[in-house]
Amino acid sequence: MKPVSPFLELDETARVPVTFDGTPLDLPQGANLAAALLVAGVDVFRHTPVSGAPRAPFCMMGACFECLVEIDGVVRQACMIDVTAGMDIRKAHEDFRGAV
Amino acid sequence: MERFDLAIIGAGPAGMAAAREAADLGLAVVLLDEQARPGGQIYRDVERAGPVRGDILGEDYTAGTRLTQALLHDRIRHIAGAVLWAIEDGFCLSYTQDGRAAQVSADRVLIATGALERPMPLPGWTLPGVMTAGAGQILLKQSGVLARRAVLVGSGPLLYLIAAQMVRAGTPPLALVETQTVADRTRALHHISGALRGWRYLVKGLKLLAQITRARVPRHTGATGIAIEGSDRAEAVTFTSHGRAHRIDCDTVFLHHGVVPNTQAARSLGVMHRWRRDQACFSPVLDPWGETDVPGIYVAGDGAGIVGAKAAEHAGRLAALAVATSAGHLGQGERDRRAKRLRLALDRERAVRPFLDAAYPPCVEALAPADGTIICRCEEVTAGTIRSHAKLGCLGPNQSKAFGRAGMGPCQGRYCGLTVTALLAAANGRTEDDTGYYRIRPPLKPVTLGELAAMDDTSDGA
Ligand SMILES: Cc1cc2nc3c(=O)[nH]c(=O)nc-3n(C[C@H](O)[C@H](O)[C@H](O)COP(=O)(O)OP(=O)(O)OC[C@H]3O[C@@H](n4cnc5c(N)ncnc54)[C@H](O)[C@@H]3O)c2cc1C
Ligand code: FES
Repeated sequence: MKPVSPFLELDETARVPVTFDGTPLDLPQGANLAAALLVAGVDVFRHTPVSGAPRAPFCMMGACFECLVEIDGVVRQACMIDVTAGMDIRKAHEDFRGAV
Repeated sequence: MERFDLAIIGAGPAGMAAAREAADLGLAVVLLDEQARPGGQIYRDVERAGPVRGDILGEDYTAGTRLTQALLHDRIRHIAGAVLWAIEDGFCLSYTQDGRAAQVSADRVLIATGALERPMPLPGWTLPGVMTAGAGQILLKQSGVLARRAVLVGSGPLLYLIAAQMVRAGTPPLALVETQTVADRTRALHHISGALRGWRYLVKGLKLLAQITRARVPRHTGATGIAIEGSDRAEAVTFTSHGRAHRIDCDTVFLHHGVVPNTQAARSLGVMHRWRRDQACFSPVLDPWGETDVPGIYVAGDGAGIVGAKAAEHAGRLAALAVATSAGHLGQGERDRRAKRLRLALDRERAVRPFLDAAYPPCVEALAPADGTIICRCEEVTAGTIRSHAKLGCLGPNQSKAFGRAGMGPCQGRYCGLTVTALLAAANGRTEDDTGYYRIRPPLKPVTLGELAAMDDTSDGA
């Protein structure tokens, strides 16, 4: 995480507490999770299962699967979900290989 | 399982216009979209964006509320946040919503799943901080979020649109690194008559360029040897332009060299696709109404070939007319009468395309990346590896799966498919059509056992 985020936000919205890899963050309630994490200065969302390379959101439209994070134990696309209070978010270390 | 006359996948301009047209003609319509709100890519979250965002994004964006509001109709059921993952015979559509799988059925299906950014494999494009330009725009439309220190790389009108929107928002990009050349412009002039028929687009384009120039955003054209540098994230873009080497420090890189049809859903049904040389991509083979070679399956909008939002809307309505006729809700004469106006409008929209396609061709070094460049982001396969498969006798993308793991990650080839086809075609000296594309099988998006277990057979999907 960087002290100054590469991204800035136009609007002010009410914030709710979540954690990212155990670190407490206050994110805008109902905001797109990937966008909110980027603004909060999170720059690595996951490491690839192949080489461990760092990755972060690429398409923001649900197509690339680079924004995968683990939320309350389930691997999900951060760009496809909204922020809710109390989310326990962690970097994803696997992709959907467990899915059918 | 609830049954509808027409199921539409995608609530962008094509899907929204088709839904209203069909509903007005008496059909029961279900509209599925994985986004929480209607709009598609161009009008993403248009109903939620306040006046500040509206001013930044411009009238072409805010005009989308006309289509989103038209979805309020007794015979349209819009199921939002529904990720479609299978279309099966008859037609049964399976989707996931809120962690639960569900199904609906329909006599006919319109695929209006729009476009994807054309993959732009350049050295360093997998680093955090590198995104598609469309992603940058989605951040702005959906979340009011802007990149402070961004460089835009590639070519095409959307690149200018995004740059101008960033200027209006008060965070102009650090630079535009453009890959098109003077020769491209000369070639494009052959299509100037068509472009003049679509003069409104040219005027808009010139206005965007004026805004970018006024904000003193440096433009580097004819850029080659482009690479993104950084160890754990993007730190700089390096390239050569007009004989000079450049390095621009930045935090964010937005890549764009056009959009291509998202063909996943149509391909999963075995719909025939052909290579389009003018747009360097595959698109489905359609009759004049948008029907595919699989009876009852239609495609409209950018998923059928890149034409833009207005044309997508007209094509959506045309498909709806044809569906209404085949469902017995509209006589052929009336269908043809209504179609005439739509076809004229569609032709007007298409007129400017040959000029745009020639003026802003895809970036050559991203179409044929250097051996060391990763082309399959999911499985980290390089261009060199695909070329070595060709040497071992690999003729097509499906065979390449037997040689390695390209295309087998969660994105299912969305960001490597066209590159793999192009690399194999070039290496084997065969056409793209002969080389083919990945065979796409459901599930189109990963489904978990938990989501399947939560499926309720009697679910009406609401
Ligand atoms: C990121 C991006 C940004 C763009 N921005 C602009 C712009 O600002 N101006 C402009 O003129 N053009 C823009 N374009 C070009 C754009 O493709 C067209 O102008 C227009 O949006 C096409 O309309 P459409 O109805 O064909 O598809 P889209 O508007 O793309 O709508 C397709 C819809 O299908 C949904 N979908 C896709 N797959 C599934 C699935 N499996 N399950 C459920 N839903 C699904 C998507 O969520 C989406 O809402 C953009 C393209 C992209 C990719
Ligand atoms: S950023 Fe591409 S799927 Fe989320």
